[in-house]
Amino acid sequence: MSALTHFRTPLLQTPFHARTSAANTLNRWGPWGGYMTALCFGDADMEYTAIRNGASVYDLCPMVKYRITGRDAAAYLNRLTLRNAAKLSVGGVHYTAWTDDAGKIMDDGTLFRHGPEDYLICCQERHLPWLLASSTGFEVHVEEVTEAIAALSLQGPCSASVLEAAGFDVQGLKPFRMATYPFEGGEITISRTGFTGDLGYELWLTPDQALPFWDHLFAAGAPWGIRPIGSDALDLARIEAGFIITNMDFIPVHQALREDRARSPFELGLGWMIDWEKGHFTGRRALLAEKAKGSDWALIGIDIPGNISAEGAILYHGKKVEAGVVTAAAWSPALKANLAIAQVQAKYAAAQDLWVEIYAMRELQYAKLMLPVTLTERPFFNPARKRATPPGRV
Amino acid sequence: MPTPFSERGLDVLVIGGGVNGLACATRLAQKGRKVVLLEAAATTGGGAGEREFAPQYRAPALAHLTQGLDDRLVAAMDLQRHGLSFHAPLVTTVLSGDFAPLAVTAGKTSGHDAQGWAELHGKLSAFARVLAPFRQMRPLRLAGETRYFELAKRGLGIRSLGKADFREFLRMVLIDVYDVAEDELSDARLKALLCFDATLGAWLGPRSPNSLILYLDRLARGASPLLPKGGMAALAGAMSRAAEAAGVEIRCNASVERLLIEGDQAVGVRLQGGEALRARLVVSAINPRTTFQKLVGAADLDAGFAQKIDHIRSRGAAAKLHLALSAAPNFRGADLQSRLVIAPSAAAIERSFNAVKYGEVPAEPVMEVLLPTAFEQGLAPSGHHILSAIVQFAPHAPKAGLEAARAEMLERSLAVLEAQAPGLRASVLHAEMLMPQDIEARFGMVGGNWHHGELAVEQMLFNRPTFAAAQYAAPLPGLWLAGAGSHPGGGINGAAGWNAAEAILQAKARTTAKEGALA
Repeated sequence: MSALTHFRTPLLQTPFHARTSAANTLNRWGPWGGYMTALCFGDADMEYTAIRNGASVYDLCPMVKYRITGRDAAAYLNRLTLRNAAKLSVGGVHYTAWTDDAGKIMDDGTLFRHGPEDYLICCQERHLPWLLASSTGFEVHVEEVTEAIAALSLQGPCSASVLEAAGFDVQGLKPFRMATYPFEGGEITISRTGFTGDLGYELWLTPDQALPFWDHLFAAGAPWGIRPIGSDALDLARIEAGFIITNMDFIPVHQALREDRARSPFELGLGWMIDWEKGHFTGRRALLAEKAKGSDWALIGIDIPGNISAEGAILYHGKKVEAGVVTAAAWSPALKANLAIAQVQAKYAAAQDLWVEIYAMRELQYAKLMLPVTLTERPFFNPARKRATPPGRV
Repeated sequence: MPTPFSERGLDVLVIGGGVNGLACATRLAQKGRKVVLLEAAATTGGGAGEREFAPQYRAPALAHLTQGLDDRLVAAMDLQRHGLSFHAPLVTTVLSGDFAPLAVTAGKTSGHDAQGWAELHGKLSAFARVLAPFRQMRPLRLAGETRYFELAKRGLGIRSLGKADFREFLRMVLIDVYDVAEDELSDARLKALLCFDATLGAWLGPRSPNSLILYLDRLARGASPLLPKGGMAALAGAMSRAAEAAGVEIRCNASVERLLIEGDQAVGVRLQGGEALRARLVVSAINPRTTFQKLVGAADLDAGFAQKIDHIRSRGAAAKLHLALSAAPNFRGADLQSRLVIAPSAAAIERSFNAVKYGEVPAEPVMEVLLPTAFEQGLAPSGHHILSAIVQFAPHAPKAGLEAARAEMLERSLAVLEAQAPGLRASVLHAEMLMPQDIEARFGMVGGNWHHGELAVEQMLFNRPTFAAAQYAAPLPGLWLAGAGSHPGGGINGAAGWNAAEAILQAKARTTAKEGALA
């Protein structure tokens, strides 16, 4: 399918569509980056359970991907992004973000270093014009490769065992590292990365490998109850992991219509990413000024009594003064806790005397709850198996 | 106690010894700064200079007139004492086809439309007078600034036009000059003159939107074109002497290769040949695009800013013609001690602009002609003459290639001149045609544009050269802009350089006040 005829099918299908559509018994789809993506295949609870107790497979193809190659690739990425791309070793992956001139976040994403002069950016939104504009003065080639790469996310405590059974030795693969493996005369890349805060891997293929690989993986994973999962289950897992999503937990600056909606790395808890010593990067001067002056907003993790999810709820200081808003919330089955991620005005970031007002709909009548919140470190869910190398065998 | 001058490090390095660089350097030196000015060429002056284009024939290097220097620098630099004086304001003689030559001096002319011209000139001059103060200030910003007094003062200036004229001002300020000519004038020669002067040095035609504001800007610089006694080189010479008198050290043949940046701060420059010079501030009075792309480099700039700099529109459409003539030309009896404008009609100016849109040389270029030898001795052997002409419009991207376009431009210009001054061609001894590309190569004007970035309404005031650098401070700490690429543009005027110096001094004053308050 060529992108030029996409208007004929308003949502594109991923290379795994033949398998995901067959498995999607609810026929529940949603749009993601111009693709149709499964929200739930049949039972969101079982899909969540597969993430935390077995092995789950999520179709990552709609993730936007850019390949950066050329002599100045590292220098280019250092100017573009907040972290030091030159320090990322070949075969490594890191979580990073980038801002506009004013130091406001455009997107976050993962950066994969495939070679000394060969990187891959994976992110939520599209940025080709910005990436190209940023390339002036650098000897780099920037290419969007979203359609050229098919990807799956295999997550869960049994994921390493499934890969072993599928013939891929990932015992030595540490978190945020990747390696290539032979597959049916070709090659695939496996990175130990993911969006669930659990043991997990992301599998990078060419589109023509997609269906044979899916079949191979599901056959090998059957003893561990491997199952495809939709975005609903993943969203619950990512909230437990405390991860943020562009356009859900913050508005990217180039899409924000209201001037005050843009957020800086400090305001999203990403200030730790900034490498002040690597030289100039876009937004550096604005961020230095913000560092000196202080930020207006903060992103915090909170724990709320009870089990009513606080999605979209307003936070109040002293039950009266509006202090912020919940951007993501869920009752966590793994932690048995009512969790939320919230944007609050920086002066309330310590969450002293902070309250959340939840409107709980009970058979067409709202029960209004005003509950005290407790500041909680992210990640909320942080199991040792996420980091263990070699990974646990089950 | 202040540190003795000799032991102090250098305060300011000014890059570029054109009118704006000299003005900025002088102002800063007058205020006690230790300033070194670096000029890449062998002499200062930039576009205001003189050059021997053929043995024994010297012509203005580029600009041959000024519409007036900024009055602040004329006074503060005491240019008169340093030898600057002007010939009487020049009369303009319009040569339009077969019509009789028409002499125009500011609002005064003859012929059936003299009254109409006087009225239009009066009205436009009133508009120009209320706009002129904006030329002498750091462009305002709507947010984050508290210069309400300055804004109110200038706003009141516009309101002082009175209700009817204020309404008329709003109607006209962004209009195209062709419509104004059609509405208000009936003499084809005057229509042509108005349209010619509005578009001189611009990349737009009389029918392009917003072309009238360029005419208002011209009037805001001065009512009549001026020729310095001794030519444009004399103007540059007087300014250089004034700069040196103020304590500026001028270094010619010092071409800056790179800005030195340490700890995200401009700390000096590296010259061609490797010599490094350090100073507290670096002021670039050369082209903004050259400054950021060549001297700074994209890596030290934010990507959004670098893109904006890349997008500065800077197409030059004016070519410069120099002729050595063995005899005085006769432009149908026109006074040779005048500025000759050859333009058949307003429509003909638009037509000659049409060609450059498609990379072609216009069939009948329009031009401003000056005979420096009619005013000065010694520029050419006795009895011989120099003709200097700005010829419009020249293709900035010639389809036929530069050499072919240059030859065609010369040929068609000579044909236009011959038609107005029969016998001129036979007296041509040497000819030099500088296309926009030549002007870029010789004077570092990107695209060959005289204003170092097109002077057009969307590139004026707080958008010149681009929003984030419009107040003379570059986003890179320690680097300032002072050239024609900044507000209010070029035209051998010096306001940009002077404004930049004022902005630097004010910024210093603000920092000092803040430090004082903290202490």
